[in-house]
Amino acid sequence: MNALTSPTTRAAVVVTGLRKTYGQKLVLQGVDLRIEEGEVFALLGPNGAGKTTIVRILSTLIPADAGTATVMGYDLRREAGRVRGVIGVTGQFSAVDDLLTGEENMLLMGRLLHLPAAVRRSRAAELLERFDLAGAARQTPATYSGGMRRRLDIAMSLIGRPQLIFLDEPTTGLDPRSRRTMWQLIRELVADGVTILLTTQYLEEADQLANRIALLDHGRIVAEGTPEELKRRMPGAHIQLRFADAASLDRAARELKEGARDEQELVLRVPNDGGIQSLRNVLARLGDGIAVEDLSIHTPDLDDVFLAMTANPSKEKN
Amino acid sequence: MSAMTLVAQDSATMLGREIKHSVRLLRLLVVSSILVPIVMLLLFDYILGGTIGRGLGAAAHGAPYIDYLVAGILVMTVAGSCGPTAINVTMDMTGGFVDRIRTMAVTRGALLAGHVGVSVLRMLVATAAVIVVALLVGFRPKASIADWFAVVGIIAAFSLAMAWLSAAIGLVTKSVAGANGLTLPLSFLLPFLSSTFVPADSMPAGVRWFAANQPFTAVVDSLRALLSGAPAGNAPYLALVWCAAIALVAFVWARASFNRVAA
Repeated sequence: MNALTSPTTRAAVVVTGLRKTYGQKLVLQGVDLRIEEGEVFALLGPNGAGKTTIVRILSTLIPADAGTATVMGYDLRREAGRVRGVIGVTGQFSAVDDLLTGEENMLLMGRLLHLPAAVRRSRAAELLERFDLAGAARQTPATYSGGMRRRLDIAMSLIGRPQLIFLDEPTTGLDPRSRRTMWQLIRELVADGVTILLTTQYLEEADQLANRIALLDHGRIVAEGTPEELKRRMPGAHIQLRFADAASLDRAARELKEGARDEQELVLRVPNDGGIQSLRNVLARLGDGIAVEDLSIHTPDLDDVFLAMTANPSKEKN
Repeated sequence: MSAMTLVAQDSATMLGREIKHSVRLLRLLVVSSILVPIVMLLLFDYILGGTIGRGLGAAAHGAPYIDYLVAGILVMTVAGSCGPTAINVTMDMTGGFVDRIRTMAVTRGALLAGHVGVSVLRMLVATAAVIVVALLVGFRPKASIADWFAVVGIIAAFSLAMAWLSAAIGLVTKSVAGANGLTLPLSFLLPFLSSTFVPADSMPAGVRWFAANQPFTAVVDSLRALLSGAPAGNAPYLALVWCAAIALVAFVWARASFNRVAA
């Protein structure tokens, strides 16, 4: 073995050339993905981008029209049964049984996975405790809040200790507090060493949770990388200086020799990475003579990336 | 574990789930599956029975109308349970539950097997309850022990056929309302267009042939003959052939629809 080669990580999901059409509508037009074991991979995109379709294909629910995929080393087409044995899926729509209690829902999953009675009881109790549902275990989901219901949904998909977890929009429709709780739970799952593929339309969520993000738009991956890589692709970190009058603005622009002026707002936008030193330089060049009313630092966030990469609303049908 | 053991185990799991559902929805089921046929029994016996009974003439074999009526009400009881079964299947298929099951290594048919199994159980419980009420209000069967076994066998076979048929209907409909609407002909129309309340040959020419030859009539006639202790002839066999045929066709239909939805 060559000592110089870095230890290769094993791929949890490898997808090449995935295509899917519903009737006339091209939903996926050649998607390539590689998700390493143990990472949180976020598929980020607006509604209708094809996120859920990818999840449904990879979780064996629907076949792709073209392309190949392996999940935890198993071929999706030929070894669907084995794939099902190693994945846990929480879909976008609640998949809990409303007539059974939280605990009964968990035990039902355990039975369907053919776990011994003692194992499914202890595993159910452990997960209900961990997802803060122990107190509501004997109640039916009809009495649950949206966040509790979603937590039960995820807990149910964890009973069999899956190696790869699909979370399709896990926080859509949740209030901010429930969303934070859900993020914390997802981080804890990662700490257990499972691989997570999550879809979201929230940039903040992808930024908070994912090691890597793929931006999906109209069935294509338009950008991929770590959150930092994606942010770096967007030029435009700048400081914004606001002045009291046009004269001050003129003098500042002369002193700094760069930046975009906005005469109406009396604002000068100066390219700047926002670091203390470069900020100090700008202020030093302005000196004491020019009165700055207001200063703010702008770093590009994923929103900028997202809007830049997916801005093509005119092509959207319906 | 062998494949057959897994099928049996998964089906038993789903059966257990459906039994829990039935217990949780007990009040609803008692009303729709037991109370409705009992009300029909009482309405037709007390309110309409006098006139209908006199009009039956020779068809009644000199017995009160209730002895004629009960066989038909039992068939109506079984058919009346089709709606809940179709609705339960539709709710599972349109909610996220079936998708969850399909991403797990669970035997494909187990979900349907659970629905059909519990549906048959519900139909048998409902018919037993209706028979008890019928006995209380004056039904006097003259069936032998062997006749009773045949009655139970035919009701079970008819229940299985109706359960698979309603499962198939539940699979092809997209909504609860659709499932309810599509089972209405089974639970309401077909009993009237059969020998449930009056003999088929008393009907207008347009529907007479249909009423005389449709499967509900075969089942009603055989039950009526067995319960009254009259010679049943080939009627029970005809009824069983009908039930087997419906169950088989519905099973194939349901399986094909399930696989299509699951594709």
